[in-house]
Formats: sequence, structure tokens, C-alpha cells
Amino acid sequence: MGDLSPGFRGKARDLMARLPPGQYPTESFPVLSAGPTPHIPTDRWSFTVTAETGESRTWTWEEMMALPQEEPTVDIHCVTRWSKFDTRWRGVPLDAFLDGVGTAADFVVAESFDGYTTNLPLEDVTDGKAWLAHSFDGYALSPDHGGPARLVIPHLYFWKSAKWVKGLVLTRENEPGFWESAGYHDYGDPWREQRHRGD
Amino acid sequence: MHGWRRARLAERTKQTATGRTLRFEVPRWPGHLPGQHVDVRLTADDGYRAVRSYSLAAPADADVIELGVQAAFGGEVSPYLADDLPVGAEVEVEGPLGGWFVWTPGDPGPLLLIAGGSGIVPLMAMLRARLASESDDPCALLYSVRDPDEVWYAAELDAVGSAGSAGSVGGTVDVRRLYTRTAPDGSARPPGRMTERDLPVLPSPAQARCYVCGPTGFVEHAGALLLAAGHAPDRIRTERFG
Amino acid sequence: MNEHPLYLDGNALAGPLGEVFAVDPTTAWRLCPSCRLPATVAQLHVYGPEPGLTARCPGCAAVALRVVTQSEYLWLQLGGGAGAFRFTLPPAAP
Repeated sequence: MGDLSPGFRGKARDLMARLPPGQYPTESFPVLSAGPTPHIPTDRWSFTVTAETGESRTWTWEEMMALPQEEPTVDIHCVTRWSKFDTRWRGVPLDAFLDGVGTAADFVVAESFDGYTTNLPLEDVTDGKAWLAHSFDGYALSPDHGGPARLVIPHLYFWKSAKWVKGLVLTRENEPGFWESAGYHDYGDPWREQRHRGD
Repeated sequence: MHGWRRARLAERTKQTATGRTLRFEVPRWPGHLPGQHVDVRLTADDGYRAVRSYSLAAPADADVIELGVQAAFGGEVSPYLADDLPVGAEVEVEGPLGGWFVWTPGDPGPLLLIAGGSGIVPLMAMLRARLASESDDPCALLYSVRDPDEVWYAAELDAVGSAGSAGSVGGTVDVRRLYTRTAPDGSARPPGRMTERDLPVLPSPAQARCYVCGPTGFVEHAGALLLAAGHAPDRIRTERFG
Repeated sequence: MNEHPLYLDGNALAGPLGEVFAVDPTTAWRLCPSCRLPATVAQLHVYGPEPGLTARCPGCAAVALRVVTQSEYLWLQLGGGAGAFRFTLPPAAP
């Protein structure tokens, strides 16, 4: 049998191995929302990193776009149970914003223009694991999907990938965000099905 | 405090290409008010559960309830209920639910019902209850659909009758349809979005109870028209769906 | 028809909140602390879908409550702050 169809892996089986427990694959891109969609013109957009000391640094849209860009292709997993394979983004790795910050913080809170917040361990948004993304599938990110720019942190449930993000605040303590303070899991690993606190 | 009850599908009726009415037998159903809804819960083999809300389309008929289901393309629950759940099979329901979007037979004053698409379902429960009541207060249903193929309860609504043209509503029940995309041959009104001229004129608008149900954009639009026509904000009750 | 509904209204909360309230919660009345607009729960604008529902003032969109549904628990956060209540739901009927 070793000489039959070499290299064939079986597409369906291959994709199933990429599907975390309790998820289903989708070709569409459903919208999960917690409020009205804000429309932020890029000339009024900025991104601010604030250390636990209060020290901060802000990037304008042009400054952000001038940073080295990456084009990650990643699988994303939503707590509403859809997963989407091979999503193509363009944006700036968060390391570019965090590398110059002197900090002893272990956590970070992402804040959005609409008041949304979500908390993350700092080590989960560094070393190329997270991006500030402004393009999806080759086009400028639309407002309903978080444009002009959102976080993309593919190894965690997608509520952690804050839409309409405006900044990161470094914190010494873990400070639960919008959903984490109302029952969602603090960390949100889809492979361990960490949907709710206690999962 | 509620609880889930088993409900057996007794009958499914096709209303439109994607709209169905489903009659379920629910032992010891406690009864409900026109406008209320139920939550329907489906359980997969692996324990996964999905819950959705569906409006009750008729006054309670002993242990039988009638739900309206509009199949959403690619939806998780509605296509299953619309076409796949076998007659005789069971789901779970919780309800009746909601005490805001309800009309109680005996509520005095004119009654104005405005439906967009499958938003007709809870308003049909109100209309049927109104027809079964002894009220002689004016009542009008304005039913907005894209084209004639999308009318639910077509024969029943025809039987209620239609004044056809604009004008004031008398002591009877007046049913009007308006078409936003394609009107039937011979329609005096060209197809188009509902305007203030389409609103039935009730004798004392400020006293009328208004119920609006439909997609979010439709409900916003109808609510604005009603306010502009002198209806009282605290007498306009709305229900939005996706 | 919108591919994505903008929002539903608080009528849709009757089921989830009914799990923990003895009277119908959708007729409960509240004055928005941000814009002073009065509204019942039924009139709030509800964003979702589950497991996380956010109900907002129909006037100013300030958060009025959040509900997170789980098979064994219901989380309820009243107002826009933190500190949600976790209710233990009765076990599902066999």
C-alpha cells in the first residue's frame, strides 16, 4: 500500500485535526457584537501603549502603517462555535509596539474605541503570537469586523482579538475585561475549550 | 422560574418558500397571551444545545401551540425546524415568554398592527384573538412584504377582508398589504417602502395601541412613521428580529 | 434582509433571564443613568449572539446589562461595570 497515492492526506480529515473541540468549520465570517459598530476614520485613529508606570507611547495611522508589516495566515476560533481556517491578515506584530516599553507587568488589557476591553497575559501577545491587523483577505478591514484595526490573536478564542482596538494597557494584576468579568474564561484556549470561568 | 417542556411536532404548514407554521403538542401547556413567544431548544447527539426564540402565531388551543419559523439561509436552527424535524418528533420548549409585546383581548381602544415579512407571526396571534373577541373597537393590520409570494396566511387574511384603499378605519377589522419590490397585477399602489400615506388612519391615534414586528430596520422606520402620525410613544410596542 | 442583524430587542431576554427571575423581567422599567431615557428591558437593544448578550440603552447605547448563558450557570451583570452574579441553574430535566 506504500506505493499508492503518495503524499495524499485527505482534506476533510486534515481539517478536522485543526478543529478544536465543540467547534464547526465555516466559510463565512459571522459577526459577534456587543454594541453598535463604531466608525473611526484613520485620520482620527491612534494606538497607545501604556505601561503600568503610566508612561505611554502613541502611534498615528501613518506611523503604524510605516512599521514592518506581516501577513499571517491563521485559523480563528469563535466562542459562538465557528472556526474559520486560513484567514489572511495584514498588520503589525504587537512586539513592534511592546519591545521598547520598559515594564515589569505580566498582563495586558486591550481597550477599544467602543469601550470594550479584554485581558491577556503579556506573554501571549509577544514573540509573534499577536498582531494589530488592518487588512483582511487583501482588503482594508471593514468596520463590522473591527476596522480600521483590530487585534488578531489566533491561539485564543476570538473575543480576545479586540475589534476597533485603540490601545494596550500593561498591568501587574490580571484585570478581567468586558466578557471576562461576566463569566467568560480569563484565558480562553479553544483547544482546552476554555469558554467560561471554571472550564 | 421556567422549565423546559417536551413538545411533539404535530403538523407543519408551508406558508412561503422559506416560511413554515409548526403546530406542536405540549402536554399541560399553561396558555399564553397574543404576542408572546417561546424558546425552542435543540440537542445534538453529543450534548450540544442551541436555543432560539419563535413567536406564537395563534391563541392557545388547549395543548397545541402554533409557531412561525422563517428559515434563515445557513442558519443553525431555523432550517432544521422548517424542513428537517420529522412530524411526530420532539423538541423542548420554554414559555410562554415575554410580558411586554402582548395584547390582551379586552384591552380597550383602537388596535394597529404593523408587520414586516415574517414579523406577521406574533401579530397574527393578536389579529386572531381580536377576531375571536367581542370588541368593536377599530383594528387594522398593515402587512409589508417584498412580493406576493412572501405573504403568510394569505387565504385567511383574504377572508378577513381588505379596504384596499387608504381611508379611515371603521368598527371592523381592516387588513392591508403593501409590497416593497413587486406588487400584484392591478395594484393601485406602486411597489415601494412604507410611507406615512400607507398608515391606516385610526379615529384617535393617540389612544391606539400599536404593535410593530419585523426586521430591525423595518421596526425603526415604522416606529418613526407612527410617532410622526401622532401616535403616543408609550403605546407603541415593538419586536425586532434578525 | 440583513445578513447580520444589527441587534434584537430585550423581548429576546425573556427566556434567558426567566431562568432566574420569578416575574417576567422584560417589563421591568429603568431610567438610563447616562442619558435619562426610560426603558423597559423589552425595549433595550440586544447584541449577540449567545453565549454573551449585551443589552444597551436604546437612546445612548450605554450598557444596561450583560447575560452570559452556560449550561449550568447564568451570569448576570447589571449596569456597565463589573462583578457579575453567577446563578446556578437547576439541573436539566431528564
